[in-house]
Amino acid sequence: MVTLNVNGKSHRIEVDPATPLLYVLRDHLELNGAKFGCGLGQCGACTVIADRQPIFSCITPVSVVQERRIRTLEGLGTMEKPGAVQQAFIEEQAAQCGFCIPGMILRAQALLERDPAPSHAEIRRHMSTNLCRCGTHMRILRAVERAARAMKTGGPMRDTEGSGR
Amino acid sequence: MNIIFGVVFFVVLAAAALLGACAGQSTLVPIDPPPKSAFAAASVERGAQLAAVGNCNVCHTASSGRPYAGGRPFKTPFGTVYSTNITPEPDTGIGRWSEAAFVRAMREGLDREGRHLYPAFPYDHFTRLTDEDLKAIYAFIMTREVVRAEGRANELRFPFGFRSLLSAWKLLFLERGVFQADSSKTAEWNRGAYLVEGLGHCGACHTPRNRLGAEKKREHLAGGEVEGWHSPALNAASPSPVPWTAGQLQMYLATGLVDGHAITAGPMEPVVHNLSAVPERDVRAIAGYLAAVAGAPSERRQKKARDALAHAQREMAAYPLRAPADPSVAAEAGQRNRSGESIYFGACAACHDRGREATSEGALHLALGTVMTLPTSANLVRIIMTGIIPAEGEAGRFMPAYANELTDAQIRDLVDYIRAYFARAPAWDDVEAEVKKVREELSAANANAGG
Repeated sequence: MVTLNVNGKSHRIEVDPATPLLYVLRDHLELNGAKFGCGLGQCGACTVIADRQPIFSCITPVSVVQERRIRTLEGLGTMEKPGAVQQAFIEEQAAQCGFCIPGMILRAQALLERDPAPSHAEIRRHMSTNLCRCGTHMRILRAVERAARAMKTGGPMRDTEGSGR
Repeated sequence: MNIIFGVVFFVVLAAAALLGACAGQSTLVPIDPPPKSAFAAASVERGAQLAAVGNCNVCHTASSGRPYAGGRPFKTPFGTVYSTNITPEPDTGIGRWSEAAFVRAMREGLDREGRHLYPAFPYDHFTRLTDEDLKAIYAFIMTREVVRAEGRANELRFPFGFRSLLSAWKLLFLERGVFQADSSKTAEWNRGAYLVEGLGHCGACHTPRNRLGAEKKREHLAGGEVEGWHSPALNAASPSPVPWTAGQLQMYLATGLVDGHAITAGPMEPVVHNLSAVPERDVRAIAGYLAAVAGAPSERRQKKARDALAHAQREMAAYPLRAPADPSVAAEAGQRNRSGESIYFGACAACHDRGREATSEGALHLALGTVMTLPTSANLVRIIMTGIIPAEGEAGRFMPAYANELTDAQIRDLVDYIRAYFARAPAWDDVEAEVKKVREELSAANANAGG
């Protein structure tokens, strides 16, 4: 039995504590934003946020994040009201097949919460752990810069960590 | 190393330094940068192989910088030294250096204008090189791509910014002279000694240094440190659970991986990358010489090795592993550290306990790995937190970094568990400090990237 806080909600789940967080998110909680890409922490498709850090959920046993607040794509916004980063990715049409995009968005989200005005070089460096096989990197980079601008001008960047913060 | 010591050092050696300064170091006449055609292709090719053994590119290339254009920082106890641009660029590189100036720099630690060079540049080793080899390396360096890149000023604590002090340092520690073959040894041993002690400058990292930054002659290859990593002892004090054979050393140096010993990580990665392009006979000579330095393992060492192998075999027999196979050790390591054990099974076992062979599909088996038995947790902490990530665009073995996935306390528990269970050694007392150090480096890297 593990306890897990995901997108502000507490869960008690009957699962082997060695199970990767990604499997618990997808199979038990049916949060299918995070994707299984390589299973080795090498591609970033499984990226979610733990507290304020982007983590690879495919290599993270669920047992180690019981004390941390997990955020997934589903926690950033809805179809009707997407979060600022999601909105920016839509506006730049940054997705081609879309498989890497949830990981890209979560990774960008963590950066912009830490540094609301990152340089282009920092964005490139920060995003470099996440791979896109369609090659839409240039649009992804533009989307992150657009999201940063939206935050700066008081755009719809919400506090996605939930109330009380 | 404190300020008082620095001042005493300054006062005591100032006189010697003055002497050195009075003796005068001449400026050598600048030349017009020679065209590539001035160098014979055979000479350039030989120089390339020698430069690979010497790892010129490793220190003289900044991360994501142009090859040989310098600018890589080296943190020393005396401050930060930056490597210089050694491309044949006339103003910011060494394009105006004659062959004589290059040879003098390699042997005497002086630049073309006669200024002392800091011994972060290992001229205490390069002084062993033959004329012929130095000329070939010169031919190679002078035919590299020209890069205009101003050098960065060193950031050294008082009084170490005074280069004239180095004349005293050289008086004390620089033993000049070309390598002299030992006629009682084989040609291969001599070749290995020449490469290890001279060009390869293995001791620069693997020999501990004294308070003035010179290698301790009496602790030759007894283990040192570099860039926050421990460089394991290569002599009889080698911490490897099972003694290395010459063949295993050769495989490690050529490929970076020997099952049952080690996989390269940290500052050794680029060294192995270079050695993969060096002729096999030279790598064999290096390995043979290093095996000779370590000597035949003692009876006690052999007993320890049999013990470690038996432990590893019990482990392997227990595949697929869901709980530690050795009940007595498991009871001790696990009871003390349930958290570390659970993290190991969740995060590490999937690779390190599958297949039990360090092939491209499995990971090193930890019971026989060297990292677990080192005198410090530095390397294990670094590997867990920063992973083993090949350089941009390079092929290489991979382990993910766990700095974000695990908290400091979880990393400490994991390191303690691995140490207790696989090395069956007393806990390290520096784990928390090492974790903190790596965290600081990672956040500094983030801050730099933002600039």
